[in-house]
Amino acid sequence: MDSIVVLVKHLFNGLQVGSIYALVALGYTMVYGIIKLINFAHGDFIMVGAYISMMAIPVMISAGLPVWVCMIVAALLCAVMGVVTERVAYKPLRNSPRLTALITAIAVSLLLQNLFMVMFGSASKPYPAVFSTEQMGGSGIQLSMSTLVTIVLSVACMICLQMFVKKTRMGKAMRAVSEDMAAAQLMGINVNTTISLTFAIGCALAAIAAVMYCAAYPLVNPYMGSLLGLKAFVAAVLGGIGIIPGAMLGGFVIGIVESFTKAYISSQLADAVVYGILIVVLLVKPTGVLGKNVGEKV
Amino acid sequence: MLKVNNLNVSYGAIHAIHDVSLEVKQGEIVSLIGANGAGKTTTLHTISGMKKATSGEVLFEGKNLLTTDCHKILGLGMAHVPEGRRIFAQLTVEENLQMGAFIRNDKEAIEEDIQDIYRRFPRLKERRLQYAGTLSGGEQQMLAIGRALMGKPRLLLMDEPSMGLSPLLVKEIFKIIQEVNKDGMTILLVEQNAKMALSIANRAYVLETGRVSMEGDAKELMNDDKVRKAYLGA
Repeated sequence: MDSIVVLVKHLFNGLQVGSIYALVALGYTMVYGIIKLINFAHGDFIMVGAYISMMAIPVMISAGLPVWVCMIVAALLCAVMGVVTERVAYKPLRNSPRLTALITAIAVSLLLQNLFMVMFGSASKPYPAVFSTEQMGGSGIQLSMSTLVTIVLSVACMICLQMFVKKTRMGKAMRAVSEDMAAAQLMGINVNTTISLTFAIGCALAAIAAVMYCAAYPLVNPYMGSLLGLKAFVAAVLGGIGIIPGAMLGGFVIGIVESFTKAYISSQLADAVVYGILIVVLLVKPTGVLGKNVGEKV
Repeated sequence: MLKVNNLNVSYGAIHAIHDVSLEVKQGEIVSLIGANGAGKTTTLHTISGMKKATSGEVLFEGKNLLTTDCHKILGLGMAHVPEGRRIFAQLTVEENLQMGAFIRNDKEAIEEDIQDIYRRFPRLKERRLQYAGTLSGGEQQMLAIGRALMGKPRLLLMDEPSMGLSPLLVKEIFKIIQEVNKDGMTILLVEQNAKMALSIANRAYVLETGRVSMEGDAKELMNDDKVRKAYLGA
């Protein structure tokens, strides 16, 4: 009985961190889907979101608003920053070789990290509690509020995103642009607007993930985004990069695997197992679990 | 309706189009024929803004299009059915048609027009919820034409609609083009299949290594010895 309780507990921990990975992985996968760029700076938007929300919390309190509103502020500001980054750094390189844009993404990542280090210092800062620390549940299984909120909110975000992409006019346009940019233009779709929208959504999701991550691990520093971003990238590749449901699946799988490895094997091995998965996926099915093998069309 | 004056286009150092001038009048089918690499597709791409010209004019209903962004062309009344159809394979047939109407806001009229397209192409109706990538080549060409019509253009640019289709389907597609034209659509058609292209056109231009080498009435060109030798295999 006890072992089942522990198992369920670890499963929920895995789902919690997995849903954070999934939200971040969505940003990687959507940007890749539309401009075929692995945006290595994406992880750093988690860090940006964490700092913005941290600064927003005292403002929320003094304005008498609930603390979680900081999430909306962070999502909006991160979305704006994402759009600006794309316009300034990536758009001029749209017709350049892919490697050029990739290297630029790494440069953007370093720039963001160092910019925030100059502004806030390199020491970790404590993050205030966003959700109540109340424990819930009975019959031995106790879950914290932040675990539940994280899982529910992430799933809600994913459902909204899926509805947006499948049902709305702009969502369909986004899929059209990601498939064939030139043909989409002939339909009157403004490709630049669509790409901006993609970056805005991806970065807003990263900011939401940041708040939930900080609710679980309340420390903020300028480098926090790189490891988290890397794991989310593994999740995106595992599910099939460019495929939205793949990013969600990959995120949850990576989260659960990590949690179980920490619990039953060794907490030091958790990262090794995650990257091991990346290597296995790249060897066995490079297009990812949900990916189709599409040959290059001539 | 459409007037191209002294158009010049280059790919880097390669001068692909030399002083091409052509005209399409309201209600006409005009064919642009020529061999592989003669510059037919480049000409069409330049007209619809996918490729920038080095000099010349493209006048559509009096407005110069050379500085207009590609995504604004449809809004001005000109649709382009690209070479190789370029339908959105991972969208359903119906979503492809909806994308054709992206610039429109009249929801009910869009729905009616989709039904019109289905009446014209019953095969598309049968497959409306299928991914467009699963359609056969002929069906994809019908979808590409239907998608272009959804934008309510006044001029339709068509690039190699016969490409990769069986002779029977080529006939069907050309019949459709004629029907669309009878309903009032002006068409500029680029084709390698010169025989078919000349048989349905009012007028035609022959493009040779980036220059217009001949132009005139389609029936006359069809009987011209040089054209017959070079393009009709007779």
